[in-house]
Amino acid sequence: MAAEEGKVDPMKQFTIEPLLGSDWQLADGFGIAFTNSALWMAITAVLVTVFVAGGMKRELVPGRWQMAVESMTGFIDDLLEANVGTAGRKYVPYIFTLFMFILFGNLLGLVPVGLIPSVHAFTFTSHFTVTGVLAIMSFSIVLIVGFAKHGLHFFSLFWPANTPAFLALPISLIELVSFMVRPFSLALRLFVAMMAGHVLLKVLASFVIAGGSGGIGTGIMVGVPSFVLMVAISALEILVAGIQAYVFALLTSLYINDAENLH
Amino acid sequence: MPQIEQIAATLSSQVFWLLVFFGLTFVVVGLGMVPKIMGTVEMRDNQIAGDLAAAQAARDAATTEEEAWRKRENANRAAAQGVIGEAKAKAAAASAAKLAEAQTRLDAKLAEAETAIEAARSSAMAEIENVAADAARDIVARVAGAEVEPAAAQAAVKEVMAHG
Repeated sequence: MAAEEGKVDPMKQFTIEPLLGSDWQLADGFGIAFTNSALWMAITAVLVTVFVAGGMKRELVPGRWQMAVESMTGFIDDLLEANVGTAGRKYVPYIFTLFMFILFGNLLGLVPVGLIPSVHAFTFTSHFTVTGVLAIMSFSIVLIVGFAKHGLHFFSLFWPANTPAFLALPISLIELVSFMVRPFSLALRLFVAMMAGHVLLKVLASFVIAGGSGGIGTGIMVGVPSFVLMVAISALEILVAGIQAYVFALLTSLYINDAENLH
Repeated sequence: MPQIEQIAATLSSQVFWLLVFFGLTFVVVGLGMVPKIMGTVEMRDNQIAGDLAAAQAARDAATTEEEAWRKRENANRAAAQGVIGEAKAKAAAASAAKLAEAQTRLDAKLAEAETAIEAARSSAMAEIENVAADAARDIVARVAGAEVEPAAAQAAVKEVMAHG
């Protein structure tokens, strides 16, 4: 451990550590230990609830908080209205929860709570197990709605309108592949974006430490520019946190549109 | 990469707790709070739309009311103008009649006075003639010692006065 002093392992931040109940089991072999990942999911859930509950005053003339919450619901409402139409309104609760959960999860991972000793931030959206479950949920909604609404006619999704008959087979194959890839692209996009940003920040942090401990010259030549870059990239990461949450919600609403309004 | 290294050990825990907390958030926030918030927004939008419509209706009513009032006002003004004109004409006629009456009265008085003056003047003239004739007779009696007939004296005075 002493040899590791001053070294930063950029991947260590993604380690899942059980905090409670490491022997809890749902069934044989399905451990459900309460981990640091679960803790941050809990914090996210609480903060989202608190944030939205703050906008529940239902006043005719809204205060600032109520205005903020209403602009968030209005944003998701408009998103679904634009992409799905009036039929999209019934998906607002799901898309809103999805967007807020991912957004708060992304942002909480960027909060520098690591300044407090022995407290470590954890970004659960940087785990494809988490983003995968979210993507599968969205994809399942598309499948359920599609087959419930259109039955087997939903398969015509793979045969775009006005496709000549002799192209039907290759086109439908391509469409099928692109359709099946959706949950993976949805999950991987968020996971990769969040992980890459956090790895980059940690790599730069290791440059700062290594540069600083290498003497005054390397400290100024390497440490200071790396630190400046870290500040800039942190700002960028805040933007990415919002954009990735938005992209997840947007793509989910686009996929739901395929199921709702089959051509 | 812990995401892959730990997947076997943590997958069930990750999925379980994500479903628990996402599910809780979905039920409490998504299903419980979001419809109410959107209801509040919709209520406010409806209220604003209703208020705007009511304001528009009130404005239209005020415009028609004003139009009616203007029409009534114009009619009243025209009627008042007519009453004033009539009264003016009546007053003018009355004063003209009064003036004419006064004029005739004055004319009569004037003519009467003129005749009276004329009579006074002619009687005074006769008086002067008599006085002059008497005076002439007196003068003749004293100067010439002759007695002149009053008629002759009168004729002589008349002749002199006629020549000026």
